[in-house]
Amino acid sequence: MYEAIVFLPLLGAVIAGAIALIGARNRHPGEDPPPPHDDHAAPLAPEHIHGAPAPEAVHAEIDHPGLEKDETAEPTAGSQAAELITTTLLAISWVLSCFAFVEVGLQGHDAHVTLFNFITSGDLKVDWALRIDPLTVVMLVVVTTVSGLVHLYSIGYMADDPHKPRFFSYLSFFTFAMLMLVTSDNLAQLFFGWEGVGLASYLLIGFWFHKPEANAAAIKAFIVNRVGDFGFALGIFAVFLLTGSIAFDTVFAQAPSLVGKSFHYLSFNVDALTLICLLLFMGAMGKSAQFLLHTWLPDAMEGPTPVSALIHAATMVTAGVFMVARLSPLFELAPVAKEFVVFIGATTAIFAATVALVQNDIKRIVAYSTCSQLGYMFVAMGSGAYSIGMFHLFTHAFFKALLFLGSGSVILAMHHEQDVRKMGGLWRKIPLTYATMVIGTLALTGFPLTAGFFSKDAIIEADDVVAGTMASYGFIMTVGAAALTSFYSWRLIFKTFHGEPHDHHHYEGAHESAKTMLVPLVILAIGSIAAGWPALHLFTGSGAEEFFRNSLMFAPTNTVLEDMEHLPLTITLAPTAMMIGGFLVAWQFYIRRPDIPAALARDQGVLYRFLLNAWYFDRIYDFIFVRPAMWLGRLFWKGGDGFVIDGFGPDGVSARVLDVTRNVVRLQTGYLYHYAFAMLIGVAAAVTWFMFAGIGVH
Amino acid sequence: MIITAIFFYLFAGVCIASAIMVVTARNPVHSVLFLILAFVNAAGLFVLLGAEFLAMILIVVYVGAVAVLFLFVVMMLDVDFAELRQGFLNYLPIGGVVGAVLLAELLFIVGAWVIQPGAPKAITAPIPTTAGMSNTLALGLVLYTRYVYFFEAAGVILLIAMIGAIVLTLQHKPDARRQIISRQVARRRASAIDVVKVKSGQGLP
Amino acid sequence: MTIGLGHYLSVAAILFTLGIFGIFLNRKNVIVILMSIELILLAVNINLVAFSAFLGDIVGQVYALIVLTVAAAEAAIGLAILVAYFRNRGSIAVDDVSLMKG
Repeated sequence: MYEAIVFLPLLGAVIAGAIALIGARNRHPGEDPPPPHDDHAAPLAPEHIHGAPAPEAVHAEIDHPGLEKDETAEPTAGSQAAELITTTLLAISWVLSCFAFVEVGLQGHDAHVTLFNFITSGDLKVDWALRIDPLTVVMLVVVTTVSGLVHLYSIGYMADDPHKPRFFSYLSFFTFAMLMLVTSDNLAQLFFGWEGVGLASYLLIGFWFHKPEANAAAIKAFIVNRVGDFGFALGIFAVFLLTGSIAFDTVFAQAPSLVGKSFHYLSFNVDALTLICLLLFMGAMGKSAQFLLHTWLPDAMEGPTPVSALIHAATMVTAGVFMVARLSPLFELAPVAKEFVVFIGATTAIFAATVALVQNDIKRIVAYSTCSQLGYMFVAMGSGAYSIGMFHLFTHAFFKALLFLGSGSVILAMHHEQDVRKMGGLWRKIPLTYATMVIGTLALTGFPLTAGFFSKDAIIEADDVVAGTMASYGFIMTVGAAALTSFYSWRLIFKTFHGEPHDHHHYEGAHESAKTMLVPLVILAIGSIAAGWPALHLFTGSGAEEFFRNSLMFAPTNTVLEDMEHLPLTITLAPTAMMIGGFLVAWQFYIRRPDIPAALARDQGVLYRFLLNAWYFDRIYDFIFVRPAMWLGRLFWKGGDGFVIDGFGPDGVSARVLDVTRNVVRLQTGYLYHYAFAMLIGVAAAVTWFMFAGIGVH
Repeated sequence: MIITAIFFYLFAGVCIASAIMVVTARNPVHSVLFLILAFVNAAGLFVLLGAEFLAMILIVVYVGAVAVLFLFVVMMLDVDFAELRQGFLNYLPIGGVVGAVLLAELLFIVGAWVIQPGAPKAITAPIPTTAGMSNTLALGLVLYTRYVYFFEAAGVILLIAMIGAIVLTLQHKPDARRQIISRQVARRRASAIDVVKVKSGQGLP
Repeated sequence: MTIGLGHYLSVAAILFTLGIFGIFLNRKNVIVILMSIELILLAVNINLVAFSAFLGDIVGQVYALIVLTVAAAEAAIGLAILVAYFRNRGSIAVDDVSLMKG
C-alpha cells in the first residue's frame, strides 16, 4: 500500500509525459516547433498570462493589452486523458494516505518497506526504503490532499492551455518526488527527493518557457536552491564522516555519542553536531526560502497559479521544515544550531511581512506571506516545539493553498489581471471566491477558532516559554509579524473585493470560475477551519508525544510543550490583539480613508521603495554574486577557452605550422644559383665535418 | 726542373687568372674567350704531367667544339651587355666566406694528406704506364680492352646528346619546301606520264 | 723546386672554387653558369690526371677522357635547353629564371 502511495503519482507522470511527447510529435512531425505566435506586439508575452510586475517600477504599466488565447496552437490530443488519469491516480493515492494516517498515526502501526539496494560502496550501504511513521503520514496527508486538489483545480485553470499533458506530468512528478522525500529512510533518499522537487519546481516555474521572465525565474529558483543544497550536501558528508552511515536509524542511534565532539578543519575546532546541523539547515534555508536565500520565491510566481499553490505554499517549501523535524534527534543535541534556526526564522517572518505590506501583485503578496509563515515554522522548530511547527505546516498548507487558488480564480475572473490596484468591488461578481478567500484570510491572521488560530498562536506561545535572548528576539518578531500579517492580508481582501472597481472593462467581464476550480476552494476552506481544533491534541500538549512517538525527538531538557500550557493570558491573547489591530488599521486605510496609503507612500518615499524592492536584496545579490560570477564566466570563456585553449591548442598548433611553412617556402626562390649556393654550403659543411670527425677509416 | 716549375707556374697562373675573368667579364664573348684561354692552359698543364694525348683532346674537344658552341649560342642569343650586378655585393660576403672556407679546407687537405701505404698496390692493379710507350698507345691499350664498355657508353651518350640537342632546338620553317621522298618513290607511271598523240606542227593544246 | 702532386691539386682546388663562385655570384646570364660548370669539370680533370701521373695509374686518364666526353655532351644539351628557353621566354637574365619558385 505504501509503495502505491508513492509510486502512483510517478505512474501518472509517466503516462501524462508520454501523452505530451506523442502529442508534440504529432503536432510537429520531424520539424522544429514553430516560434511562439506574437499576437499583440508585446514581445514578452506570446502565449499566456503575463508575469508579476517588476518591483522596481512603482508605476509600471503591467496590463498587457488584448491577451487572447493563442489561437494557432490547438490543444494536445489526449489532454483530457492525461488530466483525468493523473488526477484519478492522485485521488487514489490520497485515499491510501488517509488509510495510512489511520493505520500508522492513530493505531500506531509504524511501517518500514525496503524496496531495493541503492548503493553499496565500501562502507556506504544505502537501501531504497520507505519509512512510514507519524511524521511521515502527516506529510503524506498534506501532500496528497493539496496535490490532488491542485490537480483538480488545474483542470479548470489550465483549460485553455495547449500544453496540458506536460503540465500534469510535471505536477505528478513533483508529487512523486515530494512523497519520496517524506518517506525517505536515509539522507541519500531525502536528497533525491529534495533535488527532485527542485527539478520539478524549475520545470513548473518555467512552464511557459517562451517567456524570458519565466526562464529567468526558473533558473534563479534552481540556482538559489543549489546554494542551499551545497550546504546540505556538506552536511550529509559530515554525517557520513562522523557516523559512518547515512541511514536515519543508525545516525540517530549514534547521535548522542557525538555530543561534545569537535570537528577539526583547517586548524579550526568546531562542535561536530552544531556544524552538521548548521550545514543541513543551510539546505532548509534554500528550499524554504528563508532570509538570505529567499530571493527566488517571489520570482517563482512566474509559474502558473496552481504551481504556486502546490509547490510554493504547501509542499516544496515545507520540505525544509519537514527535514528539520525529521532530524530532530540531531537538532536537539545542538542548541547553538537551534538558536540560529530561531534567529533565521524570526528574521524571515518579520522581513517578509514588511515587504508584503506594499506589494501590488496579488500573487506576490501571498508569496511573501508564505515566506513569513515559513519563518514562523522555523521559529517553532528552533524552539524545540517540533510538533507545533508541524502543526502550523499542516494548517498552513490548507489556508495558503486556498489563498493561492483563490487568487488564481480572481486572476482568471479579471482576465489575467494580477495588479490589485486595478481590482476592486469584486465581491458582488465572484461571491464564492470572495467567501473562501475571507475564510482563508481569517485562518492566516489567526482569527479565533480557525486552524491558523491554533497553530500560529501555539508557535508564539512556544517561543515565549523558551529562555534566552534569541527566543526573546523571536517572540518580539513573531508578534510583530502577526500584526503585519493581519494588515497585509486584509489589505489584499479590501483592495481586491471591496471599494470601487478600478478597471471597469475587466470588472464587467468578471464571472465565477468553473466547478472544477470552485470545489477545491470549498474543500480547502472547510479544511482551514476544521483542521485546527480536532487536531490540536495530536500536535500540542501531551498528546503530541503520544502521537509522534519516536519520529520526533524531544530532549529531556525540552519541556516546551508542557510549559506552553501554563502561560499568562496576556501572552496567549497577544497575537489575537495584534490581529485585531492589523484589521482595524487596514480597514481605516482601505475602506474609510483610501487616500492615506497613497499619501503615506509619497511622504515616506525612501521607506516605501525600500520595502517595495524587498530591502534591495536582488540588487545586492546581483552586485555581489551575479556580476562577479558572470565576469568570471566571461573570463574563462574568452580568456581561458578562447585565448589559451583555442589559441595554443588546435588553432595555435595550426598557426605555428603555417608560420613554419611560410618561412620554409622562402627557401624556394626558383633561382638556380640560390640552390647551387645551398649545395655549396652543404658541401663545405660536409668537408668540414669529415675533416674534424674523420671518415672512420684511419 | 726549374723549367718545369716556371712552366707550371705560368700555366697555372694564367689558367686561374682567366678563370677569374670568365666569371667577372662583362661581355659574354669575352667570357667565352677567357674560357678558351683557361682550357689551353690546362692543356699545357696536362702536357707537363705527361698526358699529352689528353691535352690535345682537350684542345680539340673543349676548345674546338664546346667553346665554339658557346660562342655560337652567345652570338645567336644576342645577349645584352651585362648591367653591373646590383645584388652581387649582397652575396659576396657570405658567398666569399663559404667559398674561402671550402678552398682553405681543400688546400689544407692537400698539404696534409698521406697516401695510404697499401694504396699503390691496391689502385694500380689495372695496367700501369710502361716506359717507352707513348701516352696515346698506353691509353688505347687500356681503353679498348678493359674499358671498352665505358667507351661504347660514352659514344651512346654523345649520340643521345646530339639527338637531344636537335629535338630541343629544331624548328621547322613553315614555308620551307622539302622533298617528301616517300611520295616520290610511290609515284606510279599512271600518275606521272600521260601519252598524248600530237599532230606534227601543232603542239599541245 | 719540385712541383709535386700538391701543387696540381691546389690549382684544381682553386679552379673548382672559382667555378662555384661563378655559379652563384653571377647575375648576368645563364651562359656564365654553364661556363662555370665547365670550369668545375676542368678542375676535376686536372685532379684526375695529376693523380694518374703521380700514382702511375693510367685509369685516371681513362676516367678523365670519359669525363671530358660527358662534359661536352652536357654542354651541348645545356645550351640547347638554354636556346629553347630563350625562344620561349625572351630573356636569360639570371633574375628572370625563377619559374621554379615555390
